Amino acid sequence: MTAVQKRIVINKIALAFSTLSAVIALSFLFWILGVLVMKGLDALSWSIFIYEGSPPGYADSGLKHALVGQLILVGLATVIGVPLGIMAGTYLSEYGKNSKLAHTIRDISDIMMSAPSIVIGAFVYAVIVMPMGHFSAWAGAIALAIMMIPIILRTTDDMLQLVPGTLREAAFALGAPKYKVIIDVVYRGAKAGILTGVLLGIARVAGETAPLLFTSFNDNFFTTDLNQAMPSLTVTMFNYAISPYDDWQQLGWAAAFILSMFILGLNIIGRLILLAGKRK
Amino acid sequence: MIDKIFLNMTRASALLVLFIVAWIFVVLFNESTEAMQTFGLDFITKDEWAPNLEKFGAYAAIFGSVASTFLAMLLAIPIAIGVAIFLSEIAHDKIKGFFGVSIELLAAIPSVIYGMWGLFFFVPILRDIFGGMGIGLLAAGIVLSIMILPFMAAVTRDAMNTTPDILKESAYALGGTQWDVIKDVIIPYAKAGIIGSLILALGRAIGETMAVTFVMGNVHHTPSSIMDPTTSIPVTLANEFTEADSSLYFSSLFGLALTLLIMSFVVIAIAKFYFLRKVRKGQ
Repeated sequence: MTAVQKRIVINKIALAFSTLSAVIALSFLFWILGVLVMKGLDALSWSIFIYEGSPPGYADSGLKHALVGQLILVGLATVIGVPLGIMAGTYLSEYGKNSKLAHTIRDISDIMMSAPSIVIGAFVYAVIVMPMGHFSAWAGAIALAIMMIPIILRTTDDMLQLVPGTLREAAFALGAPKYKVIIDVVYRGAKAGILTGVLLGIARVAGETAPLLFTSFNDNFFTTDLNQAMPSLTVTMFNYAISPYDDWQQLGWAAAFILSMFILGLNIIGRLILLAGKRK
Repeated sequence: MIDKIFLNMTRASALLVLFIVAWIFVVLFNESTEAMQTFGLDFITKDEWAPNLEKFGAYAAIFGSVASTFLAMLLAIPIAIGVAIFLSEIAHDKIKGFFGVSIELLAAIPSVIYGMWGLFFFVPILRDIFGGMGIGLLAAGIVLSIMILPFMAAVTRDAMNTTPDILKESAYALGGTQWDVIKDVIIPYAKAGIIGSLILALGRAIGETMAVTFVMGNVHHTPSSIMDPTTSIPVTLANEFTEADSSLYFSSLFGLALTLLIMSFVVIAIAKFYFLRKVRKGQ
């Protein structure tokens, strides 16, 4: 075999290995996705949206409590986390820029983004649940908001920096004060990007179980009281899946399916908005 | 006037991030003082975890965290690099788009679902092959590696994509095969970025709770084989936090949380500041 032939053969082998690993990865991931869809669709029915949790064995059991609880928790977290994240990102991009403080905040926030979520749950337990004496929806929402802020901060910062400086200068030349320039010019220019960041941030925290385990805890019944433990799809899914009861496990898969569709939907919408913004 | 208020509001929000991080450390440190004072270094070197005897040694949990993450990386790294090469160099443009987006979407699937899949579908297979319970270190490592794979592949691909086309084209013009270009141009060029991405994925894996809680077994015992059930820091926290009944027990759990936070902070900081900063400067 000549040297060239040898290289060609090695090339073929290496590329085959790489393609093979892609196939292995995809088949595992599609296996999981397939299980999720099959099991989820199997367990899905209208009664899930109508009934609350019930002891195993009852026909009229559903996930209404967890669905509503999940929406409340994620909604509250969004209300707390999004404004703080956007404002912090605004400071970094518009005021802090390349200062040492701004870089430090960026770095710390990047690390926060990958920090173990269960630790944030433990922290919120110590500062909110322990003083209050009981689990609450507030604690859960705050834990999720803490996870959301770094994500939104980062995308806001990046997206605002993409707005051309000349636009800002034009507005300043017309005599506009800085806050007006930011709100009316910079925010408007970066609208699509910020919105995408918000959607991805929501999608990211909506799938979190660990920070809720000992903050909002769980409840098998419908509640809207923010001062009490609140069920969520993720914690319900966890509890039902480790239970030995078939019908609870079924509900767990239904919850997994609904939640995944919600999160995938948010991700896809976020991407489409960004694409549409780029095309303009 | 409004200008000042706006500036101060945004600055306060930005500083809040630093404040929260500092606060997390302070709170975890304070809460774990009791355990640290009682056990000292024994807390991380002994593996006897007996709540009824008020004895807490976290060695088994720390070992479980490190071992399961190590196993997961061992399995995931070659596959992730393979996928990244496939995505950045081999695949046709159309497949690349579809495949790339699906990998990114898979990274968004809640980790608790990987855990459920592991418990109901993968553990039975392991049980059939190796006997025993199926639950344990190996199951945790495999489920963790699958969970981390999409994220790892996506960031590694992004790192490889930073290689300028002109470098690749020059190598092709010299008669290099695709593999020659990958191993002699792309990998050397993107090395820091690739290593940084892999470590970043490691940082995520070490703090992952839900994917492994189902399949690890939660037994405080340093495993003697990879088939043994064991525990990890996040698994212990998830299972025992709401059951803790004494202040020393609580304090020990907070000690675990602090240990985990420090471990992941160090890992992520190394990835970000050492490897990925180099990349940013290089460009």
